[in-house]
Order: sequence, then C-alpha cells, then structure tokens
Amino acid sequence: MTLAFSLPFSRLLSGIALVLGLSLAARPAAQAQPADSSLTVGSKKFTENVILGWMAVDVMQARGFEVAHRSQLGGSRFLWDALVRGDIDVYPEYTGTLIQEILAESGGTRSTLADTLARYGVAMTEPLGFNNTYAIGVRADLADSLDLRTIGDLRRHPELQLGFSNEFMDRSDGWPGLQDAYNLPQDARGVDHDLGYRGLVNGSLDAIDLYSTDAEIEQYDIRVLEDNRDYFGTYEAILLYRTDLPAAAEAGLQQLEGRFSEQTMQGLNARAKIDQVDEPVVAANYLNEALNLEATAETPSRMERVGVRTEEHLVLVGLSLGLAILLGIPLGILAAKSRIVGPGVLLVVGIIYTIPSLALLAVMVPPLGVGQLPAVLALFLYSLLPIVWNTYTGLNDLSRPLVESAEALGLSAASKLVRVEIPLAARSILAGVKIAAVINIGTATLGALIGAGGYGQPILTGIRRANLGLILEGTVPAAVLTILVLALLEILERTLLPRSMRT
Amino acid sequence: MITLTGVSKHYGDTVAVDDVDLTVEAGQTTVLIGPSGSGKSTLLRLMNGLITPTAGAVTFDGTPVEQASTHALRHRMGYVIQEGGLFPHLTGRSNAALLARHLGWPDDRVDARIAELTDLVQLPPNRLEQYPSELSGGQRQRVSLMRALMLDPDVLLLDEPLGALDPMIRADLQDDLRSIFRDLGKTVVLVTHDIGEAGYFGDAVALLRRGRIVQRGSMHALVHAPSSPFVEDFIQAQRAPLEHLEE
Ligand SMILES: Nc1ncnc2c1ncn2[C@@H]1O[C@H](COP(=O)(O)OP(=O)(O)O)[C@@H](O)[C@H]1O
Ligand SMILES: [Mg+2]
Repeated sequence: MTLAFSLPFSRLLSGIALVLGLSLAARPAAQAQPADSSLTVGSKKFTENVILGWMAVDVMQARGFEVAHRSQLGGSRFLWDALVRGDIDVYPEYTGTLIQEILAESGGTRSTLADTLARYGVAMTEPLGFNNTYAIGVRADLADSLDLRTIGDLRRHPELQLGFSNEFMDRSDGWPGLQDAYNLPQDARGVDHDLGYRGLVNGSLDAIDLYSTDAEIEQYDIRVLEDNRDYFGTYEAILLYRTDLPAAAEAGLQQLEGRFSEQTMQGLNARAKIDQVDEPVVAANYLNEALNLEATAETPSRMERVGVRTEEHLVLVGLSLGLAILLGIPLGILAAKSRIVGPGVLLVVGIIYTIPSLALLAVMVPPLGVGQLPAVLALFLYSLLPIVWNTYTGLNDLSRPLVESAEALGLSAASKLVRVEIPLAARSILAGVKIAAVINIGTATLGALIGAGGYGQPILTGIRRANLGLILEGTVPAAVLTILVLALLEILERTLLPRSMRT
Repeated sequence: MITLTGVSKHYGDTVAVDDVDLTVEAGQTTVLIGPSGSGKSTLLRLMNGLITPTAGAVTFDGTPVEQASTHALRHRMGYVIQEGGLFPHLTGRSNAALLARHLGWPDDRVDARIAELTDLVQLPPNRLEQYPSELSGGQRQRVSLMRALMLDPDVLLLDEPLGALDPMIRADLQDDLRSIFRDLGKTVVLVTHDIGEAGYFGDAVALLRRGRIVQRGSMHALVHAPSSPFVEDFIQAQRAPLEHLEE
C-alpha cells in the first residue's frame, strides 16, 4: 500500500527539489549521488567490509576514476540489490553468503558461481585471500568453567543466553540451520553485531556469532567453539562488481586478489576497531605498503566532517519537512472539510505513521534506489501525521460562536477559510509543524542506513566502532539543529501571528 | 419584511421552535423575549438561513430564504451574537472591514465607511487598532455592531447584544442603540430575556415559551393583559426584586 501511495509523490518531489534549486545530484563527493562518469563503491555495515570498500575506492582512484563510497549501507541482500539495480558498482562480498543466501534459489555451487552471477550482470574478482566464516564464540572463562569446546557442547547448558546479529538470525545459513544441525535447545535473541560483543563482555550474553577475522576475538579473550559438524561453509572474501564496470577499474580491483591472509585481515580490523584508526586511513596505509599505491586517505577535520553532515542533514530535513508542510496543511484542511475523503486521509497518514521508520526507509529503496531521495520521501511521509492531524484538529475545534459569526457574514467558503479559519487554527497548525520538525530531525539520522548521509553517518560508525566520540559527533549536532529549528519556528510564529494570538 | 409561516425546528427529540407564525415589519424593532432555551436564537438563525426549518417556510422580502442566494441574503442582514463573535486575530478595524475587503472594496471606501460607523456607534477611534481581547465588553459590542452595519444592510439581527455587559455600560449602550435604530430606520429583530430591555426597544414584542409564541403585541399589553399565568409569572419574576426594595 505504501508503495502505491509513494510513487506519484516521487515525481512531485523531484519537481519541488528543482524548484527549490536543491538538486540532489549536486551533492558533495563523500555521499554524492554519483554523476554518470563516476563510480560508487558500497559496503556492509561492519568494519572489515568498510575497510575493503575503501581499498576498492583507492585502487580505482589510482587509475584515475572518480569514486564515491557509500559506506555501511546495510546487510548483504540490501547491497546485492543495490548492485544489481546499479546504485553501486562494487562491493565486498563472501562466497558463502552468495551461495547459501543470496543465490540460494539458483542452487549454484562454488564452481558455477561466476556463471550464476553473470546472469545478473555481476562479476567477481578472484578470492582476496582470506576466509571469513561465521563462528560461535563464548568468553574464555565461561568456556573453561563449563568445559565448552564444540558448538554441540552448548546442548548441555540450555540456560545459556544466545544473542546473534540480526542478519545471522534470519539467514538460512545462520541460526535456524545451526539450531537444527546441533539440536540446540536455547532460544536466541537478535542483537546488533557490535552490541553482541559488549553483551558478551558484560555477561548479559553467553554466546554470540562472530566473524572469524573479527579483531575482538583476541581483544576480549573470546573462545571460538569448534564447528565439528562442519555446519558453516566457506566464506572467501571477493569483490563483486557490475559487468559494465570499465576494464581499467576492473584491473584495479584485481590488484587486490590474493593479498590478504586471515591474519592480515584480523590485523587491519584491529587497527580500525581497537586502535580507532579511521577505515580510509587503515586501507590507504595497507595499500601503500602492499601495493606501493601512494593512496592518501582524506582525513577531514571534525569540523569539516560536521559541516558536510550538517549540509546533508539539512537537505534531508529541509526538503522532507518543506514538502510535508506544503502537502500536509492542504490535506488537513481536506480532512476537516470533506466528510467523504476526510476520514480516509486521517486513516492513511495514521497508518503510515505506524510503520516503523526503519521499515518505511527500507520500503523506499527498491523503487528509488539508495541515497537521499528515498530518505527524503520516507521522512516526508513520516512528518505528515502531526501536520495533517493538527491542521484537522485546529480547524475542527474552532469555537462555535466564531464559526457562526463567519458563516452569518456571507463570506465565500474560500474567503472564510483564508481570512478566518486558518488564522484561528494557526497555533495548532504551527504546533503540528514543530512536532513534525522534531520527529523529522531525529528520524533523519536513520537515513544513513540507506546511503543518505547526514548525522546518522557518524552515529552508525560510532556504534560499529564502539566510539562514543563519533556517536556524539552525530547526536550533539542533531540536538543543536533541533533547538535551532524550534527557535526558528518560534520566531516565525511570533512574526506570523498577531499579538492577540500569542500566548 | 421577514415572514415565518408554520415554522418548526427539531433537533432529534428536542423541539427548538414549534409551529411559529411571525411577521417582522420593515422599519420596526421586533423583540423576541422568553426564558433561556425557549427558541429565540433558533428563530434568528432561521431568519438568515443559518439553519433550515424542519417544517414551514421563511421568506425574506417575499422570497423563500431557502431559495435565495445565501451570500446575498446575508449581506442584507447584519447579525450580532451575544458575545459579539469578534475574530480574535483581527483588530477592531479589520473585524469591521472583513466583509468589505472580501468583496473587494477599495481602501478609501473602506476607510470612509469605517470612519462613518465609528462615529455612529461612538467608538473612540483609537480603539479601532486594538484586538478584541484588548477592548472592554461595551466596546466589543460597538465593534460587532459596526461589522454588522458595514454593508448598510436592511435588517439587523441582534442576539442578546447587551446580555454580557455590566448594568451601567448596558444602559449607555441601550441609549445609543435605540437612537441608531431610530436614525437609520432599520428593521431590527432583537433577542433578550430582559423585560425592561424589551419594553425599551420593542415596537412589537413576542414572548416565547418552549418554542412557541405565547403572546405578542406591545409591551404594555403583555404587562397589563397577560394572556396566561406563564406570561404573568415571567413578568412578575423580573419585577419582584425592585418591588421588594420599594416597601
Ligand atoms: N444545534 C442544536 N442542536 C441541538 N439542540 C439545539 C441546537 N440549537 C438549539 N437547541 C435546543 O433548542 C432549544 C432552543 O434553543 P435556543 O434557540 O438557543 O434558545 P434560546 O436562544 O431561547 O435560549 C434548546 O433546548 C436548545 O438546547
Ligand atoms: Mg440564545
């Protein structure tokens, strides 16, 4: 339903974007909607994939391409779809994930993988060199005290708390299959991959899923349980790219083939996660050493980063909120005036609002791709409810004598609306706009999940790297922006409303 | 000028107006009086077409109100409700000028008419730029009257225009209103529940009870020849406090 509803709006949206002179294509490079001549790398939302993504950027840049990186976009399926759709040109993937999960219906094997990919217009490099398979980990002290050595040993302790990353919970090669294969009695909880480590360390979780190249295995003294039934397959890292990728860029990617042992990768992950070195720097340093590439990572200062994020966030909030005001107030008027359409309008915006914001964002991606456009549209839909409902309530709650006086004057319906009803409902309408603004600015941080950038970007990175500084780099400006926008609306209210209508 | 024939208005089980015949003569002040809930306001709303009768017919100048163009009809009838019904977001001047502006009057014509009316209703001109919440009750009613008179309508419908005012201010405004009605020769329908006011304004008075007219005529007739014990009681009830003091 939401989809059918959203599509006509998208055309309107682009129209308004043009009118406002804020062409989405004219974004700066970091999160840019790439121009045709440039390439885009995507990466999943975990550190190793982000580092590999930056390396793909570097090797192609070294060959003269203009390359953007939409980092930490989401899970495998999300990136695969983006690649097939052409939103991105390259992303790091793992053979096991392709065979077990993404191409499971095609029933392919490792030997036929390249052919299967070709049917989707996708090609892959030779393996980068390391196998990053899933593994189940427990704290070393717990493993010792309960004598846990294999995954099967978990059967003896049904009381153990299992927490698995959300992707692992759902994948056919993840928890459901594992539970069957080992006959495990526990129920597992879904948690964010990075929060899982913290849960394990603080004791709220006893066993979590890991990637075998995770830096934390050593850092937190985690024991990897033996997969003695050979449940987990092989997950060789490769780079996937579209077959229409220019040959020179492809050659660049091929430079990375066979370059990484498991130890190398664990070391690079540790540089980023434990030493808190930014991924672009980790990637560039390694390439300089290993390939003599002379790649230089751009390391913008904190102020520069906040500046770019602010610009992105303002585009998201400004466009979506502007559009919600432009459409929400007329819809609210319609709801108040039409007995036939009115209840329908209220119901539809109400239902949209009950869709979790994450789901709404995700639903926008198939028709619109990743980037700012789907995020603007989702935020717009999300901001409608307070504006529509407050306009409706404001108009419906006008005092009877005033409505009667206006009625008895003999004004036209339009004149009555413009000269009397809307001014009288203005405070309620503006309150709706304020609520929408606050919701919008907060929700816009989720836009980073679909490549829209904004303050959500450092928050995502910060959560992933357990870096409070980065999390604050997103949350503090978002709070400041909220305060500024509310102040602006307050000033607007003061200038718009006559003195008799202010509190 | 306004004729009601066999008019009833029902709200569900409530009978607000019950089979009323009433003629409002041009140039006269007709007073509708009666206890609260007797149907006075409902009668006014029937006259300017804010509501339509459940049964019977209302005509204005011979044309059934239902068939008349509502806007044109209302431009010929000024309407003032008890609390004035002034719009709180507009100054006194803008309230009064609202309808003229909607009709596209040029500024100088609007200003001239406002000046004329300010003088007529004796509003201190500096009050024009105040918002209703900044005006006294009496001043608010004067502005309401200006708004109702802006297009120089044939008829004024006033629903308890003095009901919310202090006695002193009320007496003042009563005097002013009566001279305005006289000078302008308007057809006025005035609603009140106050006997004194009815007698003061009314060329013709109709006393209502439970949606019906129980007696009509001059105030003198009502006082000296009440048609029923109810009329006598209604009049007596308002006289009693003063008589008590006279003893
Ligand atoms: N819109 C309405 N809906 C329901 N009942 C109404 C409505 N308007 C008036 N009434 C009822 O009709 C009766 C007459 O009301 P009204 O004309 O306002 O009386 P008055 O003005 O004499 O006090 C009252 O009982 C009142 O409750
Ligand atoms: Mg009344």
